[in-house]
Amino acid sequence: MLKLNKVHKIFNLGRINENHALKDINLVVPKGDFVTIIGSNGAGKSTLLNLVAGTYSPESGTVEINGQDMTSRPVYKRAHLVGRVFQDPLKGTAAEMTIEENLSLAVKRGRPRGLRLGLNKKRREEFRRLLALLELGLENRLEDPVKLLSGGQRQALTLLMATLGDPEILLLDEYTANLDPKTAVQIVEITGRVVEQGELTVLMVTHDLKQALEMGNRTIMMDQGRIILDIKGEEREKTTVNSLLGKFSEKSGRELTNDRVLLQR
Amino acid sequence: MWLNILQGTIEQGLVFALLAMGVYLTFRIIDFPDLTVEGSFPLGASVTAVLIINGANPFLATFFAFIAGILAGMITGIINTKLKIAGLLAGILTMTSLYSINLRIMGRANIPLLREKTILTIIKDWGLPERYISLIAFVIIVLLVKFILDYFLYSEIGMALRATGDSPVMIESLGVNTDNIKILGLGLANGLTALSGALTCQYQGFADVGMGIGMIVIGLASVIIGEVVIRTSRIIYATLGVIVGSIIYRLAIAVALQLGFAPTDLKVVTAVLVILALGAPALRRFMIQDEFAERLLEGGASDAET
Repeated sequence: MLKLNKVHKIFNLGRINENHALKDINLVVPKGDFVTIIGSNGAGKSTLLNLVAGTYSPESGTVEINGQDMTSRPVYKRAHLVGRVFQDPLKGTAAEMTIEENLSLAVKRGRPRGLRLGLNKKRREEFRRLLALLELGLENRLEDPVKLLSGGQRQALTLLMATLGDPEILLLDEYTANLDPKTAVQIVEITGRVVEQGELTVLMVTHDLKQALEMGNRTIMMDQGRIILDIKGEEREKTTVNSLLGKFSEKSGRELTNDRVLLQR
Repeated sequence: MWLNILQGTIEQGLVFALLAMGVYLTFRIIDFPDLTVEGSFPLGASVTAVLIINGANPFLATFFAFIAGILAGMITGIINTKLKIAGLLAGILTMTSLYSINLRIMGRANIPLLREKTILTIIKDWGLPERYISLIAFVIIVLLVKFILDYFLYSEIGMALRATGDSPVMIESLGVNTDNIKILGLGLANGLTALSGALTCQYQGFADVGMGIGMIVIGLASVIIGEVVIRTSRIIYATLGVIVGSIIYRLAIAVALQLGFAPTDLKVVTAVLVILALGAPALRRFMIQDEFAERLLEGGASDAET
């Protein structure tokens, strides 16, 4: 359960380049919800995700996860609750370390790390089983450094790592944007499987309106720092990409301007 | 005589391998250009020398030198992570302070250890052949440190340390406080450097406040040579490479001396060596481009003929 209460985020407060990125955001996401977030560039989607992850803390308002106040806790102090996949496939894994070493880092998510060896036979077997779920053949490459993997393979591995160690919330930040279309589809499929297994609450930012409606059970539209649309259930099922675009201009008085979105119309 | 020179060179290489492992930890593992080593190397020597001339057990003195080095490295880490001062400058600040501190510890610029009990004289008393004492002692110490370091880098904390240099955003999102890990890494690296200084002063028979000058370049040269000789991203081979690199570096220096370079020229020789090694990829690119251009021109000419 994630709860944002009257959250404001202002960058460069009081300076000439002041930017009020989030304005009075109120959002409650019950456990198990899969929310897709759309909006034009600069709408505040990524800022919202960063507030949940702890990269930023808000100027006012509170962020709660599972009833605990997380508002000003740094990233590493909420890592036990939040898993994250970045847009850049290079960011979510350590390139020089092997696949199994990367996974062993993720297994200890948010828990104290000691002087015991990070890998053992039992863990390796567990990793092999988990990697097999990805259906990318990575289960036979445990000892390969991650830098040898393709962008899609790395993103799949990051996805798996983001769900290891029992987080409550999974944040996906345009995580298929840098992949070729075929790989992106594959990663989306894997996401479905992984999320189902972990009973996770998911927030996913995407530019792909079709993907936003197909994945998850709830869609939020943002504009200029505000949530302007929040649909789920039957209403969402009836919504199409075109009616979504219509709703955007109706609510914001503008066209949904975004080169990547326009391409898909 | 040649054999004596060779043995002495290898012994030096082994002692400085500890320093090189420290530099490997900072420059390669946590990706931090740490200049503290220039101060923590003589720090290790000062602490050891002062404790030994005051009658302390040499093993204990060496251990305290290690601890002193750890503290010095941690200070650099704290200056960098908590006070947000750039890593390079943080190291320079600690290094500069250590010059005064080392003089305070020693009370003068140089302490001779002639006729004092050192680790090496103690081992001699165990009845080992006198000629090989240093060699045997250093091989054992260096291998021991290598295996402990290897184990550490494969441990849960050690892996977090490696990930901190490799992908800091990722390891933070997995719940690791990268600031604390950096402080730990810098502490360990400078502990190893101080250990190297402690052994150096017992081996040479004196501690000198100026003995740290150029240590960073020597450590770097050893790490780079090691990487050329043993190409791998696997830790156990990489740390072996560092040791081998340190020995090869000493051999190169011995050759340079035989060729007639003055000992005072060695620092510039070493620096040029490091510049060439680090600049090799860029230099190679120039040469490949030239070659490519030449081949294009030649190709164009032969096409015109046919």
